[in-house]
Amino acid sequence: MTHRGSRVLHVGSLSRVEGEGALSLHVHDGTVTDARLEIYEPPRFFEAFLRGRSYTEPPDITARVCGICPVAYQMSACAAIEDACGVSVDPVIRDLRRLLYCGEWIESQALHIYLLHAPDFLGRPSAIDLARTHRAEVERGLRLKKAGNSLMELLGGRAVHPVNVRLGGFHRTPARTELRSLTEELKRALDDAWETVRWVAGFEFPDASIEADLLALTEPDTYAIEGGTPAVLRANGTTDSFPVRDFTAHVTERHVVHSTALHSWLDGRLHLTGSLARFAISGRLLSPVALEAAVAAGLGDPREGTPCLNPYRSILVRAVETVYAVSEALRIIDGYEPPAHPYTEVPPVAGVGHGATEAPRGLLYHRYEIDADGIVRSALLVPPTAQNQSAIEDDLRRLAQRAISEHDPDDDELTALCERAIRNHDPCISCSTHFLDLTVVRTSGESTGGRDV
Amino acid sequence: MPLPKLAVFKLASCDGCQLTLLDCEDELLALTGAVEIAHFPEASSTMAPGPYDLTLVEGSVTTPEDAERIHTIRADSRHLVTIGACATAGGIQALRNFADVDEYRRTVYAHPEYISTLATSTPVSAHVDVDFELRGCPVDRRQLIEVITAFLAGRKPDVPDHSVCFECKRRGTVCVTVAHGTPCLGPVTHAGCGALCPAYHRGCFGCFGPSGSVNLPALIPLLRRDGLDDDAVVRYLHTFNAPAFDKELSQ
Repeated sequence: MTHRGSRVLHVGSLSRVEGEGALSLHVHDGTVTDARLEIYEPPRFFEAFLRGRSYTEPPDITARVCGICPVAYQMSACAAIEDACGVSVDPVIRDLRRLLYCGEWIESQALHIYLLHAPDFLGRPSAIDLARTHRAEVERGLRLKKAGNSLMELLGGRAVHPVNVRLGGFHRTPARTELRSLTEELKRALDDAWETVRWVAGFEFPDASIEADLLALTEPDTYAIEGGTPAVLRANGTTDSFPVRDFTAHVTERHVVHSTALHSWLDGRLHLTGSLARFAISGRLLSPVALEAAVAAGLGDPREGTPCLNPYRSILVRAVETVYAVSEALRIIDGYEPPAHPYTEVPPVAGVGHGATEAPRGLLYHRYEIDADGIVRSALLVPPTAQNQSAIEDDLRRLAQRAISEHDPDDDELTALCERAIRNHDPCISCSTHFLDLTVVRTSGESTGGRDV
Repeated sequence: MPLPKLAVFKLASCDGCQLTLLDCEDELLALTGAVEIAHFPEASSTMAPGPYDLTLVEGSVTTPEDAERIHTIRADSRHLVTIGACATAGGIQALRNFADVDEYRRTVYAHPEYISTLATSTPVSAHVDVDFELRGCPVDRRQLIEVITAFLAGRKPDVPDHSVCFECKRRGTVCVTVAHGTPCLGPVTHAGCGALCPAYHRGCFGCFGPSGSVNLPALIPLLRRDGLDDDAVVRYLHTFNAPAFDKELSQ
């Protein structure tokens, strides 16, 4: 039978992402005319209640935007407020921040690879179910994730909403021996991360390609994590960059009716941030062991400059980034000498500050305006998922169109395809959403109503 | 004998408390052998309908839809346990309770008319009966395992409601207020984190909410002595558990 008639179908919720949303797909005579990822996360109004708070508070408060990537919020908040106050931190403090961030990258990427994404490639509903047949692999994933958490717990106090981060640095910096105590676990994690690369390299990847500009932070001589300059790799192959302070001149947000997350565009075009963007723009700056991992993953040598644009293969890039984060953590711990002071004083200065760092899911921008007494007058947070939403919708539209043109899938197959297409992008939906209802409206000639299935 | 059914639901929150369950790496596979994960969208596509033997709810009630949904969840659950400061006290988003939510809506969204929200963020217990409340922003992993274990065994969870100071003494941390004059909410804050902040040389900022016996009139002069002005004291108490501390202030 053909599925090109008119109908509407609802899928109760999208699983293995963090959030709630709905997707509506409009199909007219076999052509996808509209694909919308509708986001229904209850609004929490961070930007409103940050006004009137002390300038020292956004690192702790904005962490609560997202339990998956609290360090990203803490780091972007510190960067923006230190920028407003004209303070630069000690290189040792910057290294420690990078180390804490590596912990978050390891746990977040391992969570996505093993618990959220891999079940799609193996046709299973969850990693818990997967453990029945692939127990060693799931245990390896949990062990890898735990290594990231151990790092966050030692340096930050706990894995969700660490307590040790403050403006100018840390409340307490660890002794050399404390950090060294993590070395064994991290060496094991490096083996686990390598095994992860080999494991996911054996998955089957459908053909697909994103058609969006890529946006990631860049540093002159390292793979950017805790700071950097925004750079754009255009779909036509050209690159350019702009200062962080000009972020909102390039990335503009629009509030659309179907979402509590604001959508954004980069210079009027779709853009994507996150692992694929970072790897395409800065892959050549990965550590030697991560460069090897990229080759082993089948991504080619990043120094030759072939980006990975297939969203299904993003799991490979996340696995390579996990190898990188573990190797960076080992490098930083190995060279660590405690600083003279755990933090640099940051006296309040009236003005505006901008900060951006690379959350596991992509570039996270913060802007604060503070007054001379150190009271926050305005706040702006632009999370990666809000930036990626339009590109995800474009991806959905094209993948659905191709499937409909090639073999006219039934509703179940189309739903599964759309869910996979969304999981490819690892949306951090707590920053934006949480349930996916798939509505397919198929029309031919006259538009007709739909039905629930 | 069928395994007891576990469900996890989310309202307005950051996902950090349900992530804490996935952060129990050493116990996760043992747990999945002891319960059937019937509904946990973040971790599994399998979504079985109720009734559930044990339901964990993260997040606060902030929308008309969630105010309805929590009644359905309650009806489907033999035991309902709320986890985290959002679900037990309204969370950071309860700062709207002290402000004009329409003004908030206009501040954040270009089209406030698109946004459906309630004027307040309230704990689950304000809407339905709750069998146990586990505090924290986020909840502590060990306490979460204890609560799940207790409910599966049919006993009361061993989660004391004394203050953070007890944990701090047990940990052997030098008191940050006595030794350094650092403002600290430890004396009025519910234990459970293991007295983390003082061990990291900072004052407790109350993310587990009020303890079982709170004496704010005795603490506030100390906070003032250690350099907080009136506004700073209010901000200190109005963070992750604002309505709960506010109730203590008014008593």
